[in-house]
Amino acid sequence: MTEAAVCPVHHERDHPLHPPAGFAEAVAGGPVKMIWPNGVEAWMVSSYAGVRQVLSDSRFSTRKGGQPEMRTDDGDEVLDPDQPGNINGIDGAEHMRLRRPLSRGFMVKRMNELRPRIQQIVDEHLDVMEAEGAPADLVASLCLPLPSLVIAELLGVPPEHQELFQVTAGDLFGKNGSKDEYLAHATKLAEVLTPIVEEKRAAGTNDDMIGLMANDTDFSMEELIFLCIGLLAAGHETTSNFLGLFTLHLFEKPDQLEVLRRDPSRADVVVEELMRYTVGSLGGPGLTRRATEDVEVDGVLIKAGDWVSLSLMANLDEALCPGAEQLDLERDAVSHLGFGFGPHQCLGANLARAELQIGLRTLFERFPNLRPAVPVTEMSYRNDMITYGAAEIPVVW
Amino acid sequence: MTVRINQTGCIGSGQCVLAAPDVFDQSDDDGHGIVLVAEPSAELLPGVRDAVDRCPAQVVTLEE
Repeated sequence: MTEAAVCPVHHERDHPLHPPAGFAEAVAGGPVKMIWPNGVEAWMVSSYAGVRQVLSDSRFSTRKGGQPEMRTDDGDEVLDPDQPGNINGIDGAEHMRLRRPLSRGFMVKRMNELRPRIQQIVDEHLDVMEAEGAPADLVASLCLPLPSLVIAELLGVPPEHQELFQVTAGDLFGKNGSKDEYLAHATKLAEVLTPIVEEKRAAGTNDDMIGLMANDTDFSMEELIFLCIGLLAAGHETTSNFLGLFTLHLFEKPDQLEVLRRDPSRADVVVEELMRYTVGSLGGPGLTRRATEDVEVDGVLIKAGDWVSLSLMANLDEALCPGAEQLDLERDAVSHLGFGFGPHQCLGANLARAELQIGLRTLFERFPNLRPAVPVTEMSYRNDMITYGAAEIPVVW
Repeated sequence: MTVRINQTGCIGSGQCVLAAPDVFDQSDDDGHGIVLVAEPSAELLPGVRDAVDRCPAQVVTLEE
């Protein structure tokens, strides 16, 4: 019954902040088979219950080894599936061996200790934006520099290595280069990180992420370096894009912006709702898994070996909360899937929350009249099917 | 009403701490969730139920 339903994955948008055109209609009524640009067929699961089930069921593997990476158009895998330290490509005990020590570095109390430093970074960047005057590009002024400076702080990059670290990280993640360029920049970053790891090993400290990995784990140097690059990669464009997208959604919904302005102390709840709605509105294909056994999801039998693609449009499912298709900043936080679910849930979720809460709150407190300099629909957006966001956000105040 | 965390599956996401900070904490040793109040009073129960729902590893339980 499903073979006839195979249609291409949708990723063209009529409006930059709305789900891909026709996507909701195409996936309605349960898992449907879709075909990716690289020719791979996958079940698209888009219900709240279905996505939660797949992400937390160990019969769905995150291993991509030997198969075309579904997220690229050309089937060219950037990552060697057997790369040591590739935490998102392994399951079960292997995954937990890497994940557990990292969780310590992202504990809620550790994130709370970082808040004053995050506030300081936000304040300094907004000082510069104000001094340089309107119009400004919010992406370059705040969204992009914030996450990489914060992750350097979390990793524990010493001040004397900061500049080289930031330049190298910027080269690696700042632009969409070729696979060869990516690998060259990754090699350079490894060269920057190696002496830092060696210094922490010699000092025996564990009060930051690199120290913790260097001294309290059995990670090899290769695993450790790759995990550092992975943490940087994961924290970089995602947080940056979301800070930008949150701002754009608020520009488009002045009544909702008013809710934040009225009570900025609710920034934590506001960020949860913006995360739910923004990730849901990105729609389209998201995370991928592969069934290792036959499993029924939303009444459809998914066979061992089948690919499964999870649309986080599930965040707009009425089963999650009433009026789920609307952004409602007066809503209490709900159990959304904006950071994923299951054992691979975003490791840096609590760090991202702190950055987004402080960034958003401070932005609209400092610039109460902040508004877009050009219509949101006329800004340019980047979409490589992994991350999506505004390339520039010209603002005035 | 007893709150438990299955330590074997815990991934240390800290969602329980965010949902009910008076009931849960994270261990300094491994970041795992720990139960501070195993028999929480009625006013703490909504937070505990939220923690049960939000836990990405589904290891927080409330036996009623």
